[in-house]
Amino acid sequence: MSYLVLESLTKRFGRETVLEDASLAVEQGETVVVFGPSGCGKTVLLRLIAGIHEPDAGAIRIDDRTVTHLAPEDRNVGMAFQNFALYPHMSAFDNIASPLRARGLTAAEVTRRVEEVATLLKIEHVLGHLPRALSNGQKQRTSLARSLAPGPAVLLLDDPLRNVDAKLRYEMRLELPRVLKAFNATVLYVTQDYKEAMALGHRVAVLMGGRFVQVDQPARLYTRPVSRDVARLFGDPTINLYEAHAESGAIELFDTQFAVPAPSGPCVVGIRPEHVEVGMEQRPGAIPVELDAVTPLNVRAVLLLKTRDGQEILATCWEDEAARFPRGHRAVWATLRPDDLMLFDAASGARLAPRTH
Amino acid sequence: MTRETPLGRLVRGVLLTIVGLFFLFPIVWVFLMSFQTNATILRIPPSLFFSPTLDNYVALISGKLQTQAGTLEIAFMNNLMNSVILSVSSVALSLVLGIPAAYAFARFRFRLGENIAFTLLSFRFAPPLLVLLPLLLYFRTIGLDNTYIGLIWVYQLITLPLILWIVRGYFEDISEDIEHAYRVDGNGWFKTFIRIAVPLARPGIAAATLLAFIFAWNNFVFALILASADKQPVTVGALAFVTASGIQYGQIAAALVLSVIPTLLLALYAQRYLVEGLSLGAVKG
Repeated sequence: MSYLVLESLTKRFGRETVLEDASLAVEQGETVVVFGPSGCGKTVLLRLIAGIHEPDAGAIRIDDRTVTHLAPEDRNVGMAFQNFALYPHMSAFDNIASPLRARGLTAAEVTRRVEEVATLLKIEHVLGHLPRALSNGQKQRTSLARSLAPGPAVLLLDDPLRNVDAKLRYEMRLELPRVLKAFNATVLYVTQDYKEAMALGHRVAVLMGGRFVQVDQPARLYTRPVSRDVARLFGDPTINLYEAHAESGAIELFDTQFAVPAPSGPCVVGIRPEHVEVGMEQRPGAIPVELDAVTPLNVRAVLLLKTRDGQEILATCWEDEAARFPRGHRAVWATLRPDDLMLFDAASGARLAPRTH
Repeated sequence: MTRETPLGRLVRGVLLTIVGLFFLFPIVWVFLMSFQTNATILRIPPSLFFSPTLDNYVALISGKLQTQAGTLEIAFMNNLMNSVILSVSSVALSLVLGIPAAYAFARFRFRLGENIAFTLLSFRFAPPLLVLLPLLLYFRTIGLDNTYIGLIWVYQLITLPLILWIVRGYFEDISEDIEHAYRVDGNGWFKTFIRIAVPLARPGIAAATLLAFIFAWNNFVFALILASADKQPVTVGALAFVTASGIQYGQIAAALVLSVIPTLLLALYAQRYLVEGLSLGAVKG
């Protein structure tokens, strides 16, 4: 039996159904990232688990105890809010101490635990400050410390890095796994940033249209997305997608035949930008394209290619490779390997190929 | 920001002085009047120079009013006490009833909620006299006329809607997530209300308390009709200064000065929280 179990959760607000039949199981000590497009119900899901909202149907179990309709204070969960939700009239110390005091710990024990978690999160020097005297990064850490301090059964983190600057986000992305491990916390982590999802999750649960469409390890989500929509969520630049028609085990794309193991019929072909090989010489099977733009993006450069019939292809390559293309030179060749192609059903968007799991 | 020229500063100073004089003049004049006899007040032309006397205050505090027609008993100190009892009790009752109600209206959507809130506000719409005469008949029947309890009850018409609507706005401004966070920490809803919602709405509560107190303190017509001499507040009691032998301007002025003191003290005290509210700014955390 898993530690945190969500069973067919359904939540409606008026006529709008936010979650429908969402099920998920999380093991003890595991970090599962809930990822999905904005407005897909990620925050609502956390609030159902925290007890801020009640589900219309379904059940929530923590450590074999059904908590579906318990009040928030009776669930032993910790939650860090996107907007921090610190108590403005209490010092950082009192903010972090709040869940400890609610659990009836002695003053000495409260002080010890607050200092411990504050040291871990490097905010021990600002414990006396009111929230308004804290920087955004310190607020975020205080909010995180408050949720961690009591060692809750389940830790719910609602996009905690959303409101901090890029440098801090990067720092926390590296630091968080260490902190969460120190607490052996069972974590549901909500984010809209796919890199954060990939970096922090043991597994990533993709929430779309009110249900989990795929729960998998980060790498597998990238290479074996269950559907076109999931494929589009991961990767920057996003996957190239083209409508095509499969006929007797092959498709025609940009006037070139590719052998694919797909049933005949309309389909959508996807190719990740890093799988598009761009070269100056014609090679067998290469597609003649125009090089429209090169955008250097730190280590990798993004290339915008145009086929003869005007379709665009995004490709990426190492930046020093991009430097090989002489200025003003537009005619290049793109090679796609059939093995890298993903095929999706045109109607449902479900993955047809590769078939392997 | 534009730099201020010396001329600009001068003009601003003059204008501020004019505004200050305009608003403070009546109060200053009354204050000066309270140290004069009726004779010096009424002389023509009026003058700023007079030999101050404490007679007015002595008369008020001792309750013996000396007029040409003889000594008159006045119950000013008793009236002042009544004012304090009525205003403090009505505001206190309104706070006890109004703050939880305001919280409920701000946080929960319930059937007819908006209508109930509006009905409470509409208490302020009707002209008081329209309500008072029938109310007097009812109060006579059930024995509530000329009692503190009856008056405090009626005073709720003034203080409760005010407190309810002002404080409600402040509760609505508090991010719900702050309260959710406190619940998730392991605290019940009542503790969350006391420890989070009320402290964060304190500037609003202070402002509403002050306003409600001023309105209750200055009320005249409710007490005029529903109370007899021994329960009357200063506003009604002041009528006693219009005596058979003339209007006692000096005593009226002194009474005014004395009756402003409680409101002034409360305002000075509440100011702390009003300023705190400004400096807390948006309570978004």
